[in-house]
Amino acid sequence: MTNYDVIIVGGGHNGLICANFLAKTGKSVLVLEAREAPGGCAATNEIHPGFNVSACAQWLDLLNPSLIQELKLEKYGLQFAAKNLKTIGLNSDGNHVFLSHDSVDGKNISDEDKTSYIDFKVKMLKYAKLLKKVFESRAPKLVEHNWTDRITLAKLALGMKFLGKEDMNDLMRLILINIYDVMEESFENQNLKALISFDGVMGGYMGPRSPNTVFNFLYKLVGETYGYYGSSQIKGGMGALGESLAAAAKDAGVEIRLGDRVARINKTGSRVSGVTLDDGEVIYSAIIVSNADPFSTFNNLLGLRNIEAGMARRVTQIRRKSGTAKLHLALDTAPNFLGLDSEQMGQRLVIAPDMNYIERAFNSVKYGEYSPTPAIDISVSSLNDETLAPSGKHVLSAIVQYAPYEPDGGWDVHRDIFAKNSIDLIEQYAPGIKDSILSHQLLTPKDLESIYGMTGGQWHHVEMTLDQVLMMRPFPGASQYGVDVDGLYLCGAGTHPGGGLMGLAGKNAATEIIKRGSEA
Amino acid sequence: MNENDVMMLKTPFHSRVEAACEINLWGNWMGYTTPDAYFDVELEYFAVRSTTGVFDLSPMNKYRISGPDAAHFLDRMMTRNMHKLAIDRVAYVVWCNDAGQLMDDGTVFRLAENEYRLCSYAKANDWLYWCSLGFDVTITDETAEVAALAVQGPTSCSTLTAMGLEGLEELKPFDIRNYRFDGEILSVSRTGFTGDLGYELWITPSKAEDLWDRLFEAGKQFLIKPFGSHALDIARIETGFVQAGVDFVMAQDLIRPGRSRSPLEMGLGWLVDFEKTHFNGRRALLKERETGSRYRFVILDVDGNKPADHSFILKGDKQVGNVTSAAWCPTAKSNVAFAQIEMPYGEFGEELTAEIYYERELHWTRVLAPCRVLDGPVFNPGRRRQTPAVAF
Repeated sequence: MTNYDVIIVGGGHNGLICANFLAKTGKSVLVLEAREAPGGCAATNEIHPGFNVSACAQWLDLLNPSLIQELKLEKYGLQFAAKNLKTIGLNSDGNHVFLSHDSVDGKNISDEDKTSYIDFKVKMLKYAKLLKKVFESRAPKLVEHNWTDRITLAKLALGMKFLGKEDMNDLMRLILINIYDVMEESFENQNLKALISFDGVMGGYMGPRSPNTVFNFLYKLVGETYGYYGSSQIKGGMGALGESLAAAAKDAGVEIRLGDRVARINKTGSRVSGVTLDDGEVIYSAIIVSNADPFSTFNNLLGLRNIEAGMARRVTQIRRKSGTAKLHLALDTAPNFLGLDSEQMGQRLVIAPDMNYIERAFNSVKYGEYSPTPAIDISVSSLNDETLAPSGKHVLSAIVQYAPYEPDGGWDVHRDIFAKNSIDLIEQYAPGIKDSILSHQLLTPKDLESIYGMTGGQWHHVEMTLDQVLMMRPFPGASQYGVDVDGLYLCGAGTHPGGGLMGLAGKNAATEIIKRGSEA
Repeated sequence: MNENDVMMLKTPFHSRVEAACEINLWGNWMGYTTPDAYFDVELEYFAVRSTTGVFDLSPMNKYRISGPDAAHFLDRMMTRNMHKLAIDRVAYVVWCNDAGQLMDDGTVFRLAENEYRLCSYAKANDWLYWCSLGFDVTITDETAEVAALAVQGPTSCSTLTAMGLEGLEELKPFDIRNYRFDGEILSVSRTGFTGDLGYELWITPSKAEDLWDRLFEAGKQFLIKPFGSHALDIARIETGFVQAGVDFVMAQDLIRPGRSRSPLEMGLGWLVDFEKTHFNGRRALLKERETGSRYRFVILDVDGNKPADHSFILKGDKQVGNVTSAAWCPTAKSNVAFAQIEMPYGEFGEELTAEIYYERELHWTRVLAPCRVLDGPVFNPGRRRQTPAVAF
């Protein structure tokens, strides 16, 4: 029998961040991680001898910079292999669109579009800054009289007021429509529209015409307010982020046990009492912080029968679908994308020629099928980081949208066809790449669920939609990290503000637990 | 379409009820046509208290709960310890939402090892479903599949014995016993909502009319009479039974925050078993027990004979509560009111004032009637509990 002040279930980035902050206040903290490596979705895996990829998240563009500083992550090995990467919208005729945070370029981009893009970004950044403020503290409850919440709400209200009448009205209008319509009213070039709208649908179960896509776009744009002027890449793959967080945590006194899967969160009366591991070991603690997604926390670890029935209802209603797969290629030679030099090939490459293309790709997944021509976000990461592949050889990591959780007949039947379709598609833009493939790996939403424990394979644990953010994330009554079970807290992407390797969920959760002190 | 699918619904006894309902005073009970009174409210009431009254309770919502987790499911949903409920026994229960606020009250019948019937005042299909998440149970709404009569009053046992239910007098309160009736099972429980000696009969709808006929034939010599909801209301107030939707707002129907009540605030704390490690609303109720309730449920004895319907309750000049149910109770000869009193008022014996408004020939009069807090119901006869049941 071992006792800890806090047990954290899951050593994902948020769990480790939470552990770091709790340990700094002198608490004894144990992190239990089912996988053999820390970091959760911040993972590096070998897909072929000597070939490593960021196995889940591939771009870093949201990690809150205060975390890097406060946890001294650079001291613990965090290095950027590339920063402020451009996004390049690939076109089969070689006339690509080059998008950076403050300009857009390309043969077919009109001067109007170039100007509009700057105006668009200025406006959108104002909105993203509003979100930035709200993300830095717990989500405010609307009904209870609490000063912390009032201040957050006042900041939001004041922020909206300072937008000015026109921009505030426009925010109210835009946030509820879809990114397709916003693109249609803003730009001319189809490729440009598709490229921007893709940021509104990434990781989501949504197409450009779906509601909530403007919010998703703004969420991602928060990264720019943090100083990420484009995507960045971590040296050694995203797993290095997990490693640095774990190293910092260990230095702060956190005990991390890898390869120990929590089977159950135990509860005595209204309070949690500890956890039982897969092998039957019981570990005691009066505070359990779950980095697992809210659905599996309550449904799998605690059991719906052991929580309040109204809460059980809300848990089962959480929308947690994904349409996102990962494709990894080990390449014998450098790829050759048409019309790009090798420096450009290391940027973020997107195959999404127009918005209807993305929308059609999304249509498939609505009906349980995978897209025959998916939208693809490509990182030839070895171009920026030689440590990932043997000299002269390369790895390619791609986010492929859309793939259903499980198609009719199961993935065993469809896996090879979907992978082949996606590779054939990349071949159209990078002729010869097929012949240089040493091996490939496809991770479907179902695979991502089983490897990383995200229900439905949903990146954000809980879909990022307006009805599931802020004080409604993951559901009302659980929006301030604590829930209707004494001693149980949530700290993962399924809580405010959300996922995407931002890390604030874990930090905010720690703040809340520390604030509650002996009442936690 | 079956005629019973059309609003208003008719109970399986409708042909007999309709014939007996001399004054055509019909009400709507959960969508069913039911009599508020058959011939005279007072006479119907006195049948319950002096001889035998019969009440058609078929519209009562009935749910069959079965499966290996049935007991665990009920134990989590209800505030009482449901593992203590033996086969062929009935328990009065209440259940709460997550915030420990009353949703409804009802009765649970344990019919077999993993077979229960829940009778509830309000439709509970959705709440039962949400409560069933994580449990291996099957829940079936059997409201229309079970016809039911309440047979209540001092001569009820004699009546039913005369109908051929041998050994019925041995039934203890909240016992269930099954009899044969024309090849079907007639289930009899010693339960009721009148606070008197009485039984409830449960049978398949196809035998309902025969049951009614045989019952009234056997009860003739014991002066059996049907009674409607108005007479029932007097009887239940006299014996201190609260009614969901009248004496408390069911939490699921609530629009204005703060208007619901917890079981502790409704004088139903005896139904809450804090020894249980988990039941819905426990966490909130524990907190309430520590920090104190907002309200107290009291039974008031009001001076005079004007029922204190909807009255304000005053302490001196200060309004401290209001009445939810009130009736002049003929047998106890007292003017009873149920009231919600703000804490800390309403302790046993406290003198309060009921501000009663009443109308005679378009003339409204205000009475400030002194009243005092009682320590229990005004009608609680020994025959209600006595076993074997006393023959009258």
